[in-house]
Amino acid sequence: MSGLPPPVLAARGLCKSFPGVRALQDVSLELHAGRLLALLGENGAGKSTLMSILAGVTRPDRGDVLVAGQAVHFSSTRQAREQGVVAIFQELSLAGNLTVAENIFLGREPRTRLGTIDYAAMNASARSLLERLGVEIAAETRVSALRVSQQQTVEIARALSTQARVLIMDEPTSALAQREIDSLLRLIGELKRADVAIIYITHKFEELTGIADDVLIMRDGEAVAARAFAELTHAEIVRLMVGREMQPFALQTNRATADEALRVEELSLPHPTRPGDYIVKDVSLRVARGEVVGLFGLVGAGRTELLETIFGAHSKRARGQVWVAGRRLAGDSAAAIAGGLALAPEDRKHDGLILGLSARENAGLASTRASTRFGLLSPRQEQGRLDPLFAQLQLNVRSAEQPVRNLSGGNQQKVVLAKWLATQPEALLLDEPTRGIDVMAKNEIYALIHLLAGQGLGILLASSELPELLAVCHRIIVLCEGCCTGEFTRAEATAELLMQAALPRTLARHA
Amino acid sequence: MKPASLASLGRFQSLLALAVLMVALSLASDHFLTAENGVNILRQISVNLCLSIGLTLVILSGGIDLSVGAVLALAGAVAAGLLKSGLELPMWNVHLELTVAGAVMVGVGVGVALGLVNGLMVTRLLIPPFVATLAMMSIARGLTQLWTGGHPISRLGPPFGFIGTGSFLAIPMPVWIVVVLCVIALVICHRTPFGRHLYAVGGSERAARLTGLNVDAIRVVVYVVGGALSGLAGILVTARLDSAQPNAGLGYELDAIAAVVIGGTSLSGGRGSVAGTALGCLLIGVLSNGLTLLDVSPFWQQIVKGAVIAVAVALDRRSSRQERLS
Repeated sequence: MSGLPPPVLAARGLCKSFPGVRALQDVSLELHAGRLLALLGENGAGKSTLMSILAGVTRPDRGDVLVAGQAVHFSSTRQAREQGVVAIFQELSLAGNLTVAENIFLGREPRTRLGTIDYAAMNASARSLLERLGVEIAAETRVSALRVSQQQTVEIARALSTQARVLIMDEPTSALAQREIDSLLRLIGELKRADVAIIYITHKFEELTGIADDVLIMRDGEAVAARAFAELTHAEIVRLMVGREMQPFALQTNRATADEALRVEELSLPHPTRPGDYIVKDVSLRVARGEVVGLFGLVGAGRTELLETIFGAHSKRARGQVWVAGRRLAGDSAAAIAGGLALAPEDRKHDGLILGLSARENAGLASTRASTRFGLLSPRQEQGRLDPLFAQLQLNVRSAEQPVRNLSGGNQQKVVLAKWLATQPEALLLDEPTRGIDVMAKNEIYALIHLLAGQGLGILLASSELPELLAVCHRIIVLCEGCCTGEFTRAEATAELLMQAALPRTLARHA
Repeated sequence: MKPASLASLGRFQSLLALAVLMVALSLASDHFLTAENGVNILRQISVNLCLSIGLTLVILSGGIDLSVGAVLALAGAVAAGLLKSGLELPMWNVHLELTVAGAVMVGVGVGVALGLVNGLMVTRLLIPPFVATLAMMSIARGLTQLWTGGHPISRLGPPFGFIGTGSFLAIPMPVWIVVVLCVIALVICHRTPFGRHLYAVGGSERAARLTGLNVDAIRVVVYVVGGALSGLAGILVTARLDSAQPNAGLGYELDAIAAVVIGGTSLSGGRGSVAGTALGCLLIGVLSNGLTLLDVSPFWQQIVKGAVIAVAVALDRRSSRQERLS
């Protein structure tokens, strides 16, 4: 890379520790104008810490950040932005109640001579920015009315409006459907041509082909490789990330039995505000004991809503029948749980766990009655019930009394599973069970899913990751816009067939 | 440092502050470290502690109750009024005289009823707790004025007064009562399914719902318990003064909230404990007692109390942030 001009952004020997964790250890990087650096690594490898130092959110304990060769010491994202370094985090930082233009120019509003906001000028500049990005979003739209992908574009527009020379993106495609990913990748190409340097954090390698120039791979807080993207194969990248060869997950061949664990008949969930519109429409499905059934669909297809409806979370609005082990469920989630159903929700941290409670307290939460003697919780009895589950799930923690806030994603998911296994369910609904979980822990979760199926549970697994579904499921059902649009056995299913069934017929509707 | 030791350090922050304060006051005043003054402090904090225990449960569940002081006044006034003049039921042409136990039950019953209304406003009408209990505060104040006609109801008799002024084994009755309440509340919080569910609801309402917990029932119950304890506090105040004042408990909700937050309970719910609240009450009590002994003017005392609240919460936020980062 000797022929290149000096890096627009560089880091030298960054170190950062948090209480109990060494998050970064002597990390350096160089970023050049018009090039995209892919930042790869498992969860906990230190990518987020590195990103937040570069963006001015966190200060390093040691080491320097250099912008165009000059050492800088950011103490806020504002200072970083003034130097042309802008980060777009996974949680978008937009004010939903303000318009697109108001968000883009928040804090830098053009003024009239009287000191009031010059709306005409502001909306006009916003419009030209959005045009430059090739997106059709009206500058006067409220941000809350936009889809996530559009909101992301607004963040990018805001970054460009500050003359950003460096854009840091943290898993920008995690909430996007394939079409939206394509247009984001196109947009990234445009930005590179405009000499913007980009740091791109992702878990999905397939996105990198065509956009990535350089790769920085991190493991346990250290940079283990910095190379040109073209020099590395997929397998080499994975090996560098995990530090050893990965065993691809092999499906155990436990047979689904004829016994029914879960049956859903004509389940519908009407839209809360648009009469005649449905979020889930006439879905019927069946899961046998020992069977793992996949539920595939793009963002907005209604996967999460279908699982929640089956689970009784929308019992006041929903229509249709749910049968668990031959008994019909009637009522809300509490009735569903009593009937033998369990749901591990997509947003594990907020919907699946109480972060301030310990692993034991969380795992016991759905079955406190079973640990109660004379009206009092018996910690010993609770431990006696939960410890075997923790052992079976291979929960890898120092102590079950630790708050779950401090556990890794994989261990948190195991605590959620333990909570439900303690209720001795017949069927398990899993919503994106491996989201945000690193590669090794993912395989552990897959193995657990099969272990549980082998013990006679019926499992309905919703996921937006095709490789995951193709590896783990006996059968895959496809949802599109709330309706069942396909069903494939393991032998029939291919990524192309599933994607075809998942794409809306009426493409014009949202475009 | 390990997260566990940091967390426990945070938990003992107010204990540490209390110890430092007590040593300092013992050195500064000869009258501070005496058995008599100790009993005095405990009696002074008993009403605030009674309110604060209930409020802790409400706040742990993610709510807030601004009506505790007003409910205290109404409960005390209704109990005093009925104790003094009996209950007239013209429909059946009956006149009922109340015993002391009956009066206590009436006071607690008034609290239960108003707490139930609070809980239903929050869970059924979906009124934010701050607004619902603010409305209740105003309503209960108005009802108290109507009931008393703006005049105190006094001379309730020695048997009733015993609840507020009597003692057993040299410890005042109100202190016995709140100590027992503290123990019960601690057991409920940490040793019953209800307590566990309470922390869950305050930690994440949605997660609690998706775990099958009856979130609305739990929230109603905490407001009812909070109301009952406010009613009981009304009895304690009335019995102590041998008089139900129309303006009793004015501003007590703020003292109770102060005790809860100084005790390390998070106003956003799910984190804290009744033990911390008891410590918070004690800290406030010792502080104002000490300042009075040192002849500090009440105006300065208010300023000091405000500063203590701000410092305590700032320290607590800092330790919890460190806990979260690790």
